[in-house]
Amino acid sequence: MDISIIQDSIPRLLHGAVTTVELTAVSLAFGLCLAVPFAIMRTHRNPLLWMPVYAFNFYFRGTPLLVQVFLVYYGSGQFQIFLTQVGLWTFFQQATFCAVLTLTLNTAAYTCEILRGGIEAISFGEIEAARACGMSGLLLYRRIILPKAFRLAWPAYTNEVVFLLQATSLVSIITVMDITGVARMVASRSFAFYELYITAAILYLILVYGVLSFFRKVEYRLSGHLRHPSLR
Amino acid sequence: MTLFNLKGYGWMLWEGVQLTVLVGVVSMAVAILLGLVGAWGKLSGSQVARAIAGTYTTMIRGIPELVMILLIYYGVPTLIQDIFDVNIDFNPFIAGVATIGFIYGAFSTEVFRGSYLAVSRGQIEAAKATGMNRNLLFRRILLPQMWRFALPGLGNVWMVLIKATALVSVIQLPELMRNADIASRATRLPFTCYFAASLIYLLLTVVSMSLQQRAEVWANRGIRRT
Repeated sequence: MDISIIQDSIPRLLHGAVTTVELTAVSLAFGLCLAVPFAIMRTHRNPLLWMPVYAFNFYFRGTPLLVQVFLVYYGSGQFQIFLTQVGLWTFFQQATFCAVLTLTLNTAAYTCEILRGGIEAISFGEIEAARACGMSGLLLYRRIILPKAFRLAWPAYTNEVVFLLQATSLVSIITVMDITGVARMVASRSFAFYELYITAAILYLILVYGVLSFFRKVEYRLSGHLRHPSLR
Repeated sequence: MTLFNLKGYGWMLWEGVQLTVLVGVVSMAVAILLGLVGAWGKLSGSQVARAIAGTYTTMIRGIPELVMILLIYYGVPTLIQDIFDVNIDFNPFIAGVATIGFIYGAFSTEVFRGSYLAVSRGQIEAAKATGMNRNLLFRRILLPQMWRFALPGLGNVWMVLIKATALVSVIQLPELMRNADIASRATRLPFTCYFAASLIYLLLTVVSMSLQQRAEVWANRGIRRT
């Protein structure tokens, strides 16, 4: 056991942890922006609206994230001429851009299905009552359906956040320097494999359980109206 | 159709699929065994067993699969070398199966724990009252019923597990993902190769879904739906 290597690499690993958190937060934010309209389309009656989203979700949930990452990062090289013409090649050259793009699409698909569950679990009575009050379209979604769906989907969304946080480790394979990326680089140079991977694992454990406790706190706040008065 | 021409590397993907399925099935068997042991630990009266099983599931839920694979394939041999001073080299197949089985064992632990709790207490009491010992009780009463309750959960574990086998490609096991990688370098058609691989994974998912549905119908035969 070489403690000094762990001590020396801690600052770099923490730097990697910042990258991990940034990747997770940015992908979650973009993914949620996509997932909300997708979930509304997914629950719509019109097949022209729900079918494309269904296909998107099916593809991104049915294939491994690693394949998706490679498809975007390496696969875009096959369309280099076209992408250069439309001016997008500079983006696809960057590993970080490809990583965020893939993670965003992946989490959008999972979040969409989670939100769909939430939307479908809302009782008809509430929607009928809202309609009876004269709410329609956007107002109904903004005031009644989406807040309720978010509340119902929160525990499942917590799981998705934790999975995404762990899934970001895959982007180390396309040279992004997150926790795993730093650990792999230092380990392959110093041959201190288990020291670094165990340290990386501990960092992930801290992040995951930190995120979990934060989301549980939010859940507790969100469900105040459901608790028995004696528990408040 | 240059976009969908694999230039004769299709057979390589086919060979990869076979290994992917093999890794998946063996890992699933390991995961089921570990899951049963883990569930026994979580539900046991012994505090030590509960603590070990609890630590196991808590740790696995917080560590990414990739880090686990790297830790087991590269870390464990060097750890053994440091402690016992013996040189061992892991076979990528064994390391991959061990890692994936170990990770998904934690998930099936929760599945089996839930399915044990779903068996009604009265049946267990009745079995004890008729004089069955613990082994007989497990074999005749618990296992046949737990199986049925566990099937949907195990199906989900399998669906995630088969996708996770793609990660074994980082330790150079020539399964589907690794072979797609090799083919993409040789043909210089990365999009085509990875897209073909992704469609094969999609096919595996679809086949698994229909098998799961059939298995559930079979397991629930003769059960009245209330």
